[in-house]
Amino acid sequence: MKLTRRELLKMGLISICGAVIPVSAFEVFKPEALASLIHPFSKKKRWAFVVDTTKCVGCGMCVKACKLENDVPFYADIQRTWVERYVQRKGGEVIIDSPRGARYGFTANDPQGRTDVPEDDISKGFFVPKLCNHCEKPSCVQVCPAGATYKTEDGVVLVDRKWCIGCGYCITNCPYFARFFHPVYNTADKCTFCYHRITKGRKTACVEACAFGVRKIGLLNDPDSEVFNIVKTERVAVLKPEYGNEPHVFYIGLDHIVR
Amino acid sequence: MEAGSINESVHGALWTIRELYTYPNEYMYWTVHIVVYPFLTGLVAGAFVLSSMYHVFGKEQLKPVAKFSLVFSLALLIMAPVPLLFHLTQPFRSINIMLTPHFYSAIAAFTLVYLTYMAIVMSEIWFVFRPFIVKNALEKTGLMGLIYKVMTLGSYDVSETALHTDEKIIKVLAAVGIPAAAFLHGYVGFIFGSVKTVPLWKTPLMPFIFLMSAIISGVAICIITYTVGMSLTRKFICGASIRSMAKVLSMFLIIAFMLEGIDIVFHAYTAEEFWGILSELLFQRFAFKMIVIQWVCGMILPMILLFIPNVSILRAFISACLVIIGVFMMRWDVVIGGQSMSRSFAGFLNYKLPILPTSIEAFREGLFAVIILLVAPFVLLFIFNKVLPVFTEVFTEEECKLSEGK
Ligand code: SF4
Ligand code: SF4
Repeated sequence: MKLTRRELLKMGLISICGAVIPVSAFEVFKPEALASLIHPFSKKKRWAFVVDTTKCVGCGMCVKACKLENDVPFYADIQRTWVERYVQRKGGEVIIDSPRGARYGFTANDPQGRTDVPEDDISKGFFVPKLCNHCEKPSCVQVCPAGATYKTEDGVVLVDRKWCIGCGYCITNCPYFARFFHPVYNTADKCTFCYHRITKGRKTACVEACAFGVRKIGLLNDPDSEVFNIVKTERVAVLKPEYGNEPHVFYIGLDHIVR
Repeated sequence: MEAGSINESVHGALWTIRELYTYPNEYMYWTVHIVVYPFLTGLVAGAFVLSSMYHVFGKEQLKPVAKFSLVFSLALLIMAPVPLLFHLTQPFRSINIMLTPHFYSAIAAFTLVYLTYMAIVMSEIWFVFRPFIVKNALEKTGLMGLIYKVMTLGSYDVSETALHTDEKIIKVLAAVGIPAAAFLHGYVGFIFGSVKTVPLWKTPLMPFIFLMSAIISGVAICIITYTVGMSLTRKFICGASIRSMAKVLSMFLIIAFMLEGIDIVFHAYTAEEFWGILSELLFQRFAFKMIVIQWVCGMILPMILLFIPNVSILRAFISACLVIIGVFMMRWDVVIGGQSMSRSFAGFLNYKLPILPTSIEAFREGLFAVIILLVAPFVLLFIFNKVLPVFTEVFTEEECKLSEGK
């Protein structure tokens, strides 16, 4: 059989369309896609984090450890992880602060530097450690024009320092403000779940530094993982679920005043 | 114990002042250059639309500004991406977005949108000026002659039929250019509209709001530059042309005003979680900038001025100036105002534009850089004007009278 170029092109086009359309239809209707509307646990290897806020005392050791481990200038006011203090007064007023990201810990009763908050006027107070949520649908990755920030196969969101152009789009589009510009490299930076450690079987620096067992790192869907057992059996919450990012840092003891 | 100096190298610490509770990493990351960038692209879109009104819809009164607005939009277009380069912390890597574009990101489409539009504007200018270029290429000698010879691109055919074809092509280019201009600027609006963490930006109306304000700013700058240009060269200022532009301006003003109004009313009515902080921004912190300058001076006042019949040149000029100020303020309010609400909704970030260039960062992000960027398009226009004079077809008094009826 002899084909002219025109016929060849035509056939090629038809076969491509023919192949693409059914495949894409399959994509829409595959059961996983529909089931994902109620977020079952991913079958894949997936790193996740648990923060038990009820145990946190606000010592700030985790923040310190993170800075030292991850080459983030200690005195610079940007951090990969930080601890927030929430103080609610009897009248309902909420005072939040995180002086220097709490890298020196909270040592006095001075929320937001105020001295007018007597202890007996406080109805509740607690600490909330924060870090990048390594979202399943990271809005930071979505907007990076250069593809410099990306999600790994096992669910950790990373930044390629050599490729980031420094537009700040990702920083702006992270609902948790987990990102910042690294003062030395001048590129977007954030928590990596200590990827260099966890991939070698170690725990993150902050988990190791916490003397109170507030922080836990582990794999979802791994029956031996403490993280998975907590997420599976206890009542955990995530921060700002309304943004649809599907954060993977799960909190025990979250409160409605937490931002 | 705190080394103060290290914080100066934290990007954002120089110009951000925090109030109440903001996240520890929160600084104003998108600053004045992100105000200037949409302002410039807006002018491009507006100026181009104006020139297309003459070429496509044959609005005879716009003839004196048709060439000018086209060349001016090229000057603006060349400068438009420069603020972005000032903004990037790694400007030398900007090529990366072309090497590995991530098309889920609105910014990644920049190259494509920008180059397409550039191609349209450049080719339209070439066709519009072709007879002029050919004439000069044949007459002039020396350096200028050489420039014109290069600019002919080897095509010297200025016969009746050739010019007729040119005309047709110009029409098509001008027509295609309108949606392209709309896309160029609507896309800028999309960049903001798609940032879901900033309540003031997150609205599907954003591209349209940006587009309308773009058109009004573009038309206004044409009114201003035409009037000033004519006065400086002591040429006759055609009232008919001004009135025609003023009419376009007033029509788009209404649409722009309605869109921006709907947006705010909608936020107030649905009163989502962030309305508390947003209303504080609108009615207290940014009340002067938003309500007084952006809306009252930038929109309502010019609307009134333009709707009183028999618009005089002075009245149109004043309205145009007000509109320009209003639109610049709008960009400021959107970019700076939007980010000044902490993502915690429990605090504010105040922005202080660095004035004195005490360091590279302070210069790059500071007042002088902004002034340079805002003046540069006019310098470019001045240079272009030497090669392609934009005000050669201005009306004389009689022509102006004649065009009035058309
Ligand atoms: S928390 Fe922010 S930076 Fe981390 S993955 Fe989610 S969107 Fe990205
Ligand atoms: S700052 Fe860097 S990582 Fe973030 S969006 Fe821009 S290029 Fe991507």
